[in-house]
Amino acid sequence: MTAKLSANNLTLIRGESCLFQGLEFALNPGELLLLEGQNGSGKTSLMRAIAGMLSLESGEIFWNDMPVNGQRQEFHGSLVWLAHRTGLKGDLTLVENLRFEGSLRRQAKTDPEVIYERLGITRLKRLALRSLSAGQQRRVALARMLMAAVPLWLMDEPFTNLDREGRQLVMDLTQEHLERGGMCVMAAHQDIEIASPIVRVRL
Amino acid sequence: MDSSNLQQPGIFAGLLAIIRRDLLLAWKRPGDVLNPLFFFAMVCTLFPLAVGPSAEQLTFSGPGVLWVAALLSTLLSLNSLFMSDYEDGSLDQMLVSPQPLPVLALGKTIAHWLISGFPLVLISPLLAMTYRMPSAVMGILMLTLLLGTISLSLLGSIGAALTVGLHRGTALLSLLILPLAMPILLLGANTVSLAAANDVYGTGIWALGAYAIASISLAPYATAAALRISNE
Repeated sequence: MTAKLSANNLTLIRGESCLFQGLEFALNPGELLLLEGQNGSGKTSLMRAIAGMLSLESGEIFWNDMPVNGQRQEFHGSLVWLAHRTGLKGDLTLVENLRFEGSLRRQAKTDPEVIYERLGITRLKRLALRSLSAGQQRRVALARMLMAAVPLWLMDEPFTNLDREGRQLVMDLTQEHLERGGMCVMAAHQDIEIASPIVRVRL
Repeated sequence: MDSSNLQQPGIFAGLLAIIRRDLLLAWKRPGDVLNPLFFFAMVCTLFPLAVGPSAEQLTFSGPGVLWVAALLSTLLSLNSLFMSDYEDGSLDQMLVSPQPLPVLALGKTIAHWLISGFPLVLISPLLAMTYRMPSAVMGILMLTLLLGTISLSLLGSIGAALTVGLHRGTALLSLLILPLAMPILLLGANTVSLAAANDVYGTGIWALGAYAIASISLAPYATAAALRISNE
């Protein structure tokens, strides 16, 4: 096994039902791991398990061929998670939210203004997040992801609430990240138009 | 990646960032912050009205009433410690952040204490005047409340972390915390009573200090563990 991120024999039981059993995957730089499945099939749970927030029934997740559990800090320093709930504070402005994030994680050298411009949120900078639409808030969450200088992106339903142009933007950004040698784990139901190699996991 | 040479921010940067963010949030929503403080002030001012103006009785019951009110008002404010973070997903982001979770939990608790505990200490002499407390004893009252509220906030953060996933966990939170908070209440109220009676009161202050130091060093780890469990 030489993959950057890999997992073997993952089993997760929630309550009475077994969400997945004996699940395996291996992901290398430049590849996208696409989690497919119906609602409630365990996509989010798998993603939480990868992020180390759920304890699995069996199996282990490896980062650089070493178990994630033994190096949680390093692993968390290499990933950013775009969750279903944005995790941004509605009372704070975009800049205040992102400044807080910047003190937690390694940040890219890119000028934040360039990122805001690309995501079309420059004119929203002074507003409290509460007053933005759901799609605009999702764009702010994307900005947080872009500003973190990390190789692994975990994206749970990144297209929710976004318009057609926004969805295309997410695919473009993912494509660019993969071309730079990044990795991405994405849970999505809709079709993905990404040229990079895709590893599919059917749940 | 080209950016791998960039530095991960240190834990001190993370601690300061979360304190600053929580203070900023409190500044933008002053109502939530002032509620426990109003509660404290109201209990302390209504009590003398109800029991009557007898000077002897007031000096006798003053320390106890002030301390009970301080304890209850802290418990009241603790419920919201992690609630909004849980609801908007920030707690998940804290759990996957490269900063150690105990540090972030400590930062949140420090911010909580600065918002709810510290103002309570500051206004306590004003309320103590209602109980005809001599100014020398007010100093002791403030000192015991200072040490006591630090311990209460830290212990409370464990309870708040355990009950964060439950809806309306306030009663359970109080039940969990009260046994641990009882020594603080007894030590605090008795120390002030002893000081008011011109008796030796030093031991109580040392004990409260020891309790505070033990809470600072242990509670953040327990809170972090509790947050992981309740967020699974």
